[in-house]
Amino acid sequence: MSTTTAPGTLLARPDRSNLLGQIAIWLLLLTAPFWMNALGGYTALASRVLIFGLAAMGLNFLLGFTGVMSFGHAAYFGLGVYGAGLTLLYVAHSTPLAMLDGILLGTVGAAIFGALIVRRKGVYFAMLTIAFGQICYYIAYSWNDFTGGYDGLRGFQRQPIGPIDIENSGEVFYYYVLFVFAICVALMALLLRSPFGRSLIAIRENQRRALFLGIPVERHIWLSFTISAFFASVAGALYALLNNFADPSSLNYVISGDIVIMAVMGGMRSFWGPLIGAAVFVVLQDYISSMTVNWMSWIGLIFVVVVLFFPRGLLGFIRRRAPA
Amino acid sequence: MSLLEVRSATKTFGNLVAVNDVSLSVGHGELRAIIGPNGAGKTTFFNLITGFFAPTSGEIWFDGKDITRVPAVERVGLGMARTFQITEIFPELTIRENIRVAAESSAGLRLRPWLNRQQEAEVRDAVDEVLVASRLTEHADRLVGELSHGDQRSAEIAMALALKPRILLLDEPTAGMGEQETYQVAGLIRRLHRHTGYTIVLIEHDMRVVFNLADRILVLAEGAVLAEGTPQEIADNPMVQQAYLGKNQ
Repeated sequence: MSTTTAPGTLLARPDRSNLLGQIAIWLLLLTAPFWMNALGGYTALASRVLIFGLAAMGLNFLLGFTGVMSFGHAAYFGLGVYGAGLTLLYVAHSTPLAMLDGILLGTVGAAIFGALIVRRKGVYFAMLTIAFGQICYYIAYSWNDFTGGYDGLRGFQRQPIGPIDIENSGEVFYYYVLFVFAICVALMALLLRSPFGRSLIAIRENQRRALFLGIPVERHIWLSFTISAFFASVAGALYALLNNFADPSSLNYVISGDIVIMAVMGGMRSFWGPLIGAAVFVVLQDYISSMTVNWMSWIGLIFVVVVLFFPRGLLGFIRRRAPA
Repeated sequence: MSLLEVRSATKTFGNLVAVNDVSLSVGHGELRAIIGPNGAGKTTFFNLITGFFAPTSGEIWFDGKDITRVPAVERVGLGMARTFQITEIFPELTIRENIRVAAESSAGLRLRPWLNRQQEAEVRDAVDEVLVASRLTEHADRLVGELSHGDQRSAEIAMALALKPRILLLDEPTAGMGEQETYQVAGLIRRLHRHTGYTIVLIEHDMRVVFNLADRILVLAEGAVLAEGTPQEIADNPMVQQAYLGKNQ
């Protein structure tokens, strides 16, 4: 492999093909409502790609750039969903406030839970993340009076933000989601290129070495976990607004697994890989589930093929094929 | 006054006494070697000094302070930098980035989401300085994982230097090396000691390296001190010859 395709360094030294790729991604995202329909999709599907893309990129902040696995990110995604939904239903008809509450609920939840489990390593850490997700799931599932229980939380509606009518227009809402997505992605890129981001990559590469360079490994993993959950909860809050509905299954570990699949399938060593993974996952799910209830077995098959034959994910595969 | 002082350190794992009542005193600017047969407890002793684990009994003092209970990560902040017997680096980063992580950590910038122009310049200068000192400038932008064993070792030492340490603890820096590479790394250690005045503690297998470089030598055998002295005294010591040098020659 040539020196320039080193995954850890791609962020640090953006080259030209990287820049062109970025321009292509942003152009596609900016024009999605115009070509989605022509290809048999619909605008809400594009919004869903962005939302799960953000969740998967957020997970990848922890998984791909810190080297720590979480199978419980649905918890923070789902807390974002419920935080936003409950606010709209019970507190105020305000989209920004709903977003803020969803994000706070998810991020604070992750900060507290993360502090409790950060000393556990590897598989124990991952197992505990599942456990927390399932606790949240059963609370939402059982608390009929407050969360709507099994039927989910209904009866709220995303609200216009000033003169911007995200309520009735799916296109306008898509651009709102893209706007939030862009801010989050910019923040993520900034963090990953910073000394803090380098310390996380150092932890991924070699925890012992990082410790003996004076990097407090556990504290940095906790921060990464919380930041990662922050992005997942932003995605969750947007998801509540997209559906005008909060579903307890958004807290379930199945969603956690989906997010992991998106990140790994797309390429967890690359910044944009998880977005590609999310696009493939969400579009295939939509397309195949209209034909068969066994859509997951097809996704599973594709996942196995990707992991076996393109271990660096779909984006890693595209990159390697692209002329240097 | 000595910079590093270990007082009667003992470490047991279950019934195994890995380090048995070992004391050591290293002065400012000294190069001290620790030698001993395999299983003599050298690396365990190192782990006690660097705080990888705490001694079962005994004390460790650094620069006049008792640091026996200070965690490893904070000992780095006090000025202790170490390398490992099996090279511990960030293989998928370039040499420059490897050193940069260390330099940023040492400058207390590891939580910064961005650097201002002055900090950026300071970090870059610190990295360049270390690259020159360790003669790695020409490989600076190559991935560490792609380098020769000798260059990887130099890179690991360079990372330790970027921490601006007051003491360098090197665990078998020439382990598994050929002539040429041993010569390269030994040369680097000599320059650091003689020209820059670093205080260095060194575990080493290669006798030529030890007798060439060290001011004083501590010999461990089965976890305990067998002998201590200048290279000449150690070479002349019949117990050492029997227990250690004899077997290796």
